[in-house]
Amino acid sequence: MANDSQVSDWKTDFDHTVADWAQNAPEIWAEFREECPVAHTDRFGGCWFPATHEDISEIAHDTEHFTSRSVIVNDWGPMGEAPVGGAPPITSDPPFHQMARKILLPAFGPKAVAQLEPTTRDVCRELIADLLESAADNEGRADAATGYAQHIPVRIIAKMLGLPESDGDTFRGFIHRIMETPGQAEVAEDDILLDTYLERTVGDRRENPGGSDLISYLLDLEMEGEPLTDNHIGGTIALLIIAGIDTTWSAIGASLWHLAQNPEDLRRLRSEPDLMPFAVEEFLRFYAPVTMARSVSHDITFKDAEMKADDWVLLPFPSANRDEDAFSAADEFLIDRKQNRHAAFGLGIHRCLGSNLARMELRIALEEWVKAIDTMELQSSDPDAVRWSTGQVRGPRELPLIISGSMEQNP
Amino acid sequence: MKIKYDRDLCQGHNRCYLLAPELFDVDDDGYAVLLVDGEVPADLQEKANLAADNCPEYAITLVE
Repeated sequence: MANDSQVSDWKTDFDHTVADWAQNAPEIWAEFREECPVAHTDRFGGCWFPATHEDISEIAHDTEHFTSRSVIVNDWGPMGEAPVGGAPPITSDPPFHQMARKILLPAFGPKAVAQLEPTTRDVCRELIADLLESAADNEGRADAATGYAQHIPVRIIAKMLGLPESDGDTFRGFIHRIMETPGQAEVAEDDILLDTYLERTVGDRRENPGGSDLISYLLDLEMEGEPLTDNHIGGTIALLIIAGIDTTWSAIGASLWHLAQNPEDLRRLRSEPDLMPFAVEEFLRFYAPVTMARSVSHDITFKDAEMKADDWVLLPFPSANRDEDAFSAADEFLIDRKQNRHAAFGLGIHRCLGSNLARMELRIALEEWVKAIDTMELQSSDPDAVRWSTGQVRGPRELPLIISGSMEQNP
Repeated sequence: MKIKYDRDLCQGHNRCYLLAPELFDVDDDGYAVLLVDGEVPADLQEKANLAADNCPEYAITLVE
């Protein structure tokens, strides 16, 4: 496969943190599923890439041989100590994992999340109104990633955590440094570091207790009769900020990218509102943003792969979702797909804690968008005009569109 | 048609609750709770199929 990075052959030397990978990922995964199916690179100290649904599912369910203590592949190797890890519960292994997860589950169930729906709708409407207004002054030009998708999860998570919306740029800085270019991004002098931010936030909240936000909830929680440690609380807040933002923003952006190129799907979503629940799951299947990682606990031969302790293993759920052995017409986007066991939120005990929140945000973002937007198309037919993020979360970071519409039917 | 639901396999994806709330509720932790005991009423069989066909963990099976 042609590429202009220093990668000689994706199958033996892949690098998921370069632009060529991000721009062509679905084609690379298809090649892996067909030819490998467990690819390997010596980069990052050694990293495996199982590409089929079967293999990804097997590893995701095997917490004995594969630890979650470090879930973002980086150059320094797995960090964090099992079974807690740096950002519980995503970095935790059994049995600690179950306790750390259970205390958070009630805040993210479908009924708790439904209470955030009206706020989410207001946020989406306000953003669309602003976008239409600026598009009207710019011959219809608007960026649906930087002007819409990225703001929705930032505002909702800030509200859930009781943090100011104006911290959104700070959150996006953490995400860029930690997720898109782990270890590579230059830190500017005035950048706030995540640890400093967490320490300050937890300190502030200890001095002003009693709020109804999620951080106050964490401060009041007990696990086995003891309050959570500051490390545990900070790690969990970091997880909620980092995992809850670029993931959802990627899913919303990729869905809008699809609609800009498929006007028939846009028309159907507008005229057949009952399709929306199926469409949301198909967007999640086809454009699943998140690839997780594990590391090998002790040497194991997995299929033909000789995996060594501390090797990285990526769990590319987006590749699982395009596997012909798991989905009929896997490579086709079918907006009314009725059988869809997609793995966008992972498989096994680490199923995305925020899946109901993400799904709600994606649905409302699309509902409000299709109500207000009459026409949308890509500004340029050049695929490189849309920049896909590198690393383990994939979505369009710039999405230049030409749009028209009005808020009239959407007061 | 009867529904078999395996709580040990359920990871709380909540797809069944969204597609078939007449057949599945969720508990406070977000795990599915099967609401029907015995035969699935005829008018809910399509929803039972949807719930089974969309569970990522294969925790729901239908028995004819």
